[in-house]
Amino acid sequence: MEEKIRVLVAKPGLDGHDRGAKVVASAFRDAGFEVIYTGLHQTPEMIVDAAIQEDVDILSISVLSGAHMTIFPRVLELLRAQGAEGIHVIGGGVIPRADARRLKELGVGEIFGPGTPTSEGVAYVRKWVAARHETQA
Amino acid sequence: MGRELLDLVFPRIGHARRIGITGPPGSGKSTLVHAVAMLLRRRGQRVAVLAVDPTSPFSGGAILGDRVRMPGAAGDEGFFVRSMASRGSLGGVAATTHEASEVLDAAGFDWILIETVGVGQSELEIVELADTVVLVLVPESGDAVQVMKAGIMEIADVFVINKYDREGGDRLMRDISVTMQITQWSRPEGWVPPICPTVATSDEGIEQVLAEAERHLAWLQEDRPRLERFRAEKLRRRLQMLLSRILLERAWKAAQIDEQLDGAVERIMAGDLSPYRWVAGIELG
Ligand SMILES: Nc1nc2c(ncn2[C@@H]2O[C@H](COP(=O)(O)OP(=O)(O)OP(=O)(O)O)[C@@H](O)[C@H]2O)c(=O)[nH]1
Ligand SMILES: [Mg+2]
Repeated sequence: MEEKIRVLVAKPGLDGHDRGAKVVASAFRDAGFEVIYTGLHQTPEMIVDAAIQEDVDILSISVLSGAHMTIFPRVLELLRAQGAEGIHVIGGGVIPRADARRLKELGVGEIFGPGTPTSEGVAYVRKWVAARHETQA
Repeated sequence: MGRELLDLVFPRIGHARRIGITGPPGSGKSTLVHAVAMLLRRRGQRVAVLAVDPTSPFSGGAILGDRVRMPGAAGDEGFFVRSMASRGSLGGVAATTHEASEVLDAAGFDWILIETVGVGQSELEIVELADTVVLVLVPESGDAVQVMKAGIMEIADVFVINKYDREGGDRLMRDISVTMQITQWSRPEGWVPPICPTVATSDEGIEQVLAEAERHLAWLQEDRPRLERFRAEKLRRRLQMLLSRILLERAWKAAQIDEQLDGAVERIMAGDLSPYRWVAGIELG
């Protein structure tokens, strides 16, 4: 059977709504991915625990609150601490270019700014999973 | 999941108690599962949840949202949640939910709570998988006749009427108990399903649900030959299911169906052939 791509879509922080995360989740679903949705107000600890229990390929985090420079590094650190660095982190939200560059240096796969078509995220995930399969083969 | 792993796991299963939670979409299954799991955690029991949501038949993707209602699973080694997509299986659970429950059993969880997709009519596989089936209804589920028509009343070892804070809960409760009396309702071999009113969002009635599930589990244990018979029946159906899955796959390949399908569609659409004749003419290799 064909391997399904599993993605956890998380919305950390205390800021209001999760419309953006829901848009991303449905785009991934429509692309044939299995999307685990965990709801609002998740801490990095909760997100990483969920990603490990759910054995996802991709962890997609949207941050609007401006706390991206604490949340992403913390998530990466927790993943490493639990030996789960195989889970690939991507992100979205209002993130200045310089910060995005820094986050990618730290290990975030890609950052999608506001207004990026969801198809770009889908294409990125497909490509990453395909590349991983190749290195494993 | 690897067959070798499952082989290794099989001799180690049998410790966990498996509770199935089923019921219509939105009836509060996940909220109830979480409440029961938290109660078990307070008693020092290790709990695993398998939560199944439907796969979209259009895209093959799924949004698995049961976890939203289960915040207690984060940061607790003794509370594990795995979301599963039904992946085209129509029985209300995924084809591999049974295997997953065996792995969790062998991993030492004391309880495995299995949430099915919202039941319509035919998603009854949970009976094969669980020792005790809890059917979650809500006042909006209508009256007992509707529940009976849907054919899901038969699978309940424990009835829960959730959202009892809403209007109509006591009416449904009365309705089900009267219907059970006049039809002399009982599950096979004399178990009479209790009815528990709950408000899962505020933890009301949860202790009773767990107590009734435990009473059912104890009832199962109490008569050895009957228990063996139940287990043998379930195992027989499980073997049939596993086998039919493999046979279908093998026969499909052997008969080279994929290679023939496009051609057949073309000929049938052109009017050269009927679907029935094509099917009857398939050689199983
Ligand atoms: N008023 C009231 N609302 C409840 C109760 N239990 C659950 N809910 C709400 O009902 C909605 C659905 O609850 P879920 O637990 O997600 O229901 P579910 O059966 O798991 O839903 P699916 O998995 O989508 O079929 C949520 O908004 C819950 O907060 C209750 O006892 N009373
Ligand atoms: Mg649910």
